Amino acid sequence: MSQATMELMDFDEAMARFDPVLGLEVHVELSTATKMFCGCPTTFGAEPNTQVCPVCLGLPGALPALNRMGVESAMRIGLALHCEVAEWCRFARKNYFYPDMPKNFQTSQYDEPICSDGWIDVDYDTPEGRRTFRVGIERAHMEEDTGKNVHLGGATGRIHGADYSLVDYNRAGIPLIEIVTKPIEGAGRYAPEVARAYVSALRDLLRALEVSDVRMEQGSLRCDVNVSLRPSADAPFGTRSETKNVNSLRSVERSVRYEIGRQAALLAGGGRVVQETRHWHEDTGLTTSGRSKEEAEDYRYFPEPDLVPIAPSREWVEALRATLPENPAARRNRLAAAWGIGELEMSTVVNAGALDLVEATIAAGADQAAARKWWTGELARVARERGVELRDLAITPAQVAEVEALVQAGTVNDKLARQVIEGVLAGEGGPGEVVAARGLAVVSDDGPLLAAIDDALAAQPDVAEKIRGGKVQAAGAIVGAVMKATRGQADAARVRELIFQRLGVEA
Amino acid sequence: MSTLDLTRCTAVQLAELLGTRTVSAREVAQAHLDRIAAVDGDIHAFLHVDAAGALAAADAVDADRAADRPLGPLAGVPLALKDVLTMRDVPTTCGSRILEGWRPPYDATVTRRLREAGIVILGKTNMDEFAMGSSTEHSAYGPTRNPWALDRIPGGSGGGSAAALAAFEAPLAIGTDTGGSIRQPAAVTGTVGVKPTYGAVSRYGLVALASSLDQAGPCARTVLDTAMLHQVIAGHDPMDSTSLTDPVPDVVAAAKSGDISGVRIGLVRELGGEGYQAGVQERFAEAVAVLERLGADVVEVSCPSFEHALAAYYLILPSEASSNLAKFDGIRYGLRVGDDGRRSVEEVMSLTREAGFGAEVKRRIMLGTYALSSGYYDAYYGSAQKVRTLIQRDFTAAFAQADVLISPTAPTTAFRLGEKLDDPLAMYLNDVATIPVNLAGNAAMSLPIGLAAEDGLPVGLQVIAPAMADDRLYRVGAALEQALYDRWGGLLIEEVPAR
Ligand SMILES: [Zn+2]
Repeated sequence: MSQATMELMDFDEAMARFDPVLGLEVHVELSTATKMFCGCPTTFGAEPNTQVCPVCLGLPGALPALNRMGVESAMRIGLALHCEVAEWCRFARKNYFYPDMPKNFQTSQYDEPICSDGWIDVDYDTPEGRRTFRVGIERAHMEEDTGKNVHLGGATGRIHGADYSLVDYNRAGIPLIEIVTKPIEGAGRYAPEVARAYVSALRDLLRALEVSDVRMEQGSLRCDVNVSLRPSADAPFGTRSETKNVNSLRSVERSVRYEIGRQAALLAGGGRVVQETRHWHEDTGLTTSGRSKEEAEDYRYFPEPDLVPIAPSREWVEALRATLPENPAARRNRLAAAWGIGELEMSTVVNAGALDLVEATIAAGADQAAARKWWTGELARVARERGVELRDLAITPAQVAEVEALVQAGTVNDKLARQVIEGVLAGEGGPGEVVAARGLAVVSDDGPLLAAIDDALAAQPDVAEKIRGGKVQAAGAIVGAVMKATRGQADAARVRELIFQRLGVEA
Repeated sequence: MSTLDLTRCTAVQLAELLGTRTVSAREVAQAHLDRIAAVDGDIHAFLHVDAAGALAAADAVDADRAADRPLGPLAGVPLALKDVLTMRDVPTTCGSRILEGWRPPYDATVTRRLREAGIVILGKTNMDEFAMGSSTEHSAYGPTRNPWALDRIPGGSGGGSAAALAAFEAPLAIGTDTGGSIRQPAAVTGTVGVKPTYGAVSRYGLVALASSLDQAGPCARTVLDTAMLHQVIAGHDPMDSTSLTDPVPDVVAAAKSGDISGVRIGLVRELGGEGYQAGVQERFAEAVAVLERLGADVVEVSCPSFEHALAAYYLILPSEASSNLAKFDGIRYGLRVGDDGRRSVEEVMSLTREAGFGAEVKRRIMLGTYALSSGYYDAYYGSAQKVRTLIQRDFTAAFAQADVLISPTAPTTAFRLGEKLDDPLAMYLNDVATIPVNLAGNAAMSLPIGLAAEDGLPVGLQVIAPAMADDRLYRVGAALEQALYDRWGGLLIEEVPAR
C-alpha cells in the first residue's frame, strides 16, 4: 500500500493544467424473480448456497435457459436511455478462472450488445446555479452475476492473509445489466459533480423503471469509474485508470476528485499514468493500485454456443417503449413547478426517496408543504433510525394525509401528531384509531385550560407581571407550564391567546 | 425360457416377449447383468454397472405391467448409457480422473426420458476422456476392447457403448457424437448408430465437449431397434436453448417401411478413394450396387469444402472445449489436488487440472486456448466458422441433387490398440468422413455392410440426411439392412466370435 502516501495536486491547480475525461461502467442487478439462466430465486440475504441448482452452480452437463424478463428489463433500460435496441444480438463467453465463477467463464455480451448508442441528461449544481449535462451511453448489455467469496481468518477480510475461503453461489446467475458511458468530455472542473449526478440520475431512472432495487449499499448497483487527464480539451485522451466498486454517490464524486489529483501530480512530476484497475477505500478516501492492464488476462471471448441469438421483433420493442415511465428529471421539474418549490426543496424530497410518497400524500388531500415536511422530517428520521427505506415504513400516504388533516382540524397538535404516527407505525391501526385508543385529542374546551393558566400565573407572578408590562415573549414560560399540566394535550396557540386575554394584553 | 438366450435378442424381440409376459423385465435385466459379469472382464465396456438400480427399474416395470398400467414400447428393455450423460446418484466420470467419485444430483433429459419409457439402465459405458478420441484408449480407466478381436480398438469416443452392443451385454445403448463418436464405433463393431439432427435430442445433462457439435443419439444392433430408441429420446426440451421445436419425424415408420425405390442417393466424391482401406472400398461398392438394385437412383455429388473440414473441426472443437472444461477446477466437485492449507486457490486449481486431465485433453485445451486468444481469434476460430458455412453450403447443394448422401463411415476397419496412440493426426483422420456432418448439424447413420476381406473386421456405411429429415436415414438403412440380411441369412453381428 505504498500508494497510500501518494502525492496529490490541489484540485484547482490540476484543473488549470489538465482536462479530465471520465467513463463510467455501472452494473445493475435486476430485480427479476428468478435468475438469468435458471429458475432459482434472487432474494437478497438468504442462507448461503440455498438458492442454487445445477445450472447456476455450473454442474457438468447443465445448460442455460434465458429469462425473458431479464431481456425485457435490458430493453426497457436501453429504451429509457434513448438507445438503439439491436435487431439481432447474442451472448458471449468471457473466460477467466475465479472460484466465485461456477463455470470459470461468465456468460455476457461482447461485440453484440442488446442496446447501444443512447444518452441521458443529468443535472448538477454549481455556485452559478443548476446545469444540465448530456452523458452519452455507449452500450447496455446483459450478463450474469458471480458468486461471492468470503475470506475467513486473518485480519483484513481480504484474500491475502485469510486462513480459508468459502464461496456463496446464491448471487451466481443473478441478471446484471452493464451500462457503459461514452467518454465524458467537457465537464471540466465539474467532472466529479457530473459523475455523481450521472449515477444519481441513472439510479432514479432505474427505480422509476422498477427493474432493480438500486441499493448501492447492498451491491445491486455497482460503479466502476474511469478517469484520465490530458493537457487540453483538443489533445488526445490520456492513459486511464479504472477505479472499481465505488459504491455510494458520495464516493463516486470523491474518487474522481482523488484520481484527478493523483494523476495530475504524477503527470506534472514527469511520471506516467499506468493503465490499471484501482481499488477505492471508503474509509481513507484513497484509491490503491490493483491489477495492471498490461498483465491483465485475455478473456478469449467467443459466441456462447449454448444460447441461441436474440432477435427482438420491432413490435416487441415498441410494446416495451409504451411501458416506459415518465422520465424522472422531467417529472421532478413538472412536480416542482406544480408545488411551487425550488430545486433545493425538490432535491431534499428526491434524496430522501420520498417523491412518490409525497405525491401520493398530496393526492390524498394534504397540502404540499405538510406532505414534504412529514416525509422528509419525522418519517425520514424514523426510517434512518430503523435502517429501512422510507417506502418500507408501515404507513401509507393516505394515512399521513389523515394525520395532517387531524392537525389542520386542531384535533391534535404537532407533538401529538408524532405520537399518532408512532402508533400507526407500531400497527395500532389508522390515525383515527390511534387518537381514540391513546386518548391523544387536544384539550379544546377552554374551561380546563383557563384553570391551568390561572394556576400557572399564580405560581409565577413575576412572569405574569412581565407579560402585563408588554414582554409578550415571556408568555412562553406560562405556555410551557400549561402544556406540562395538560400532559401536552393542549393547543399551544390557543393557550397563548387565552393567556393574553386573561392578562388583558394585546398580543 | 431356459433355451432362449435373452441377450441375443433384439430390443424389438425383447419388447415382444415382455409385452406377452413371456419373460419378466427382471429376468431380462438379470440375464444381461449375468452376461456383463461373464464377459466384461475381457471387453471392459462398462465403467460402472448399476445392478441394484437396474433390477429396481425392472421390478417397477413388472409391477406396472402386472397392474395393467400403460407402458412405453421399450419398457423393460435394458440399455447401456455412455458415461458422459448424468444419472442421478450414479457415478459419472466422462472417462476422466478429474470427475472420479462425482455423483450427479440430477438426471440428464435423455436419462429422464429413458426412465420414463421404462428402459432399464444397466450402467455407464467407457469412453475416451471427455469424448476426445477415436479409440476409447484415452479413457483414464483403461481401454475397451473390440468384441470382434480383443487386440483391436472398439472405436471412440463411444467405444464402450458400441462394444456393449457387439458383446451382447445390452441390446440398446446411448452414445454421443461430436465428430463421429457414435458412427465410427458403430462401424468398427458391426453395429448401428445414429447422430440425430443437431438439436433433435436434448443436450441437458450431456457433459459438454463442444457445445455446437455435440449430439446424443441411439445405438443398437438393428436399424429398427435404433429407430425405437430414437423415438424415445428425441423431442423438444426447454432446458436446452438449442433444442428444436419441430416435431420428431416418424423414424419408426420409416424403419418399418424400407422402401427406397426412386430415392436419390448421392455418392460424395470427396469421401472415399485414396486413404480408404481396400476392404472398406470393396464392401462399400457392393452396398452401392445393392442400393441400386433396390431401386435407388445413385448419383455422384461433390462437396469441395470437405477437404477443410478436419482443420476447421480441430479449431472449433478445442476452442469450445477449452471453455467447457474450465469448470473442472477442484473447487466444487470431483478431484482436488494439493489443498494443504498453504497453497493458493490458483495453485490448487492448477495442480488439480494437471493431475486430473489426460494428455489428449490437455492437448486440446491448449489448442483451443491458443485459437481463442486475442490476436489469433480471427485467423483461427473466425476462419473455422467461415469454413463451417462453406460446408453447410456444400451440403445444401448436394441435397438439391440427392435425398441422402452415402460414404464409408470410417477409412479403415478397427486398428490395433496402441497403433495410433502416439500419432494424434493419424487418429484424427479416422473421423474425416463423419466430421462434416457435425459441422453442418445434419443427421447421419452408420450401419454394417460386411467384413473387410483382408482382416475379417466389420465395415460401416454412412447415410447422411438433411437436418430434420432423420427419417430418411432409417428408410435407406432398413432397406439396405434387409437386403444384406437376406444375402447373409442373418445379421452380421451374429458372426462376432462367441465368448
Ligand atoms: Zn439456479
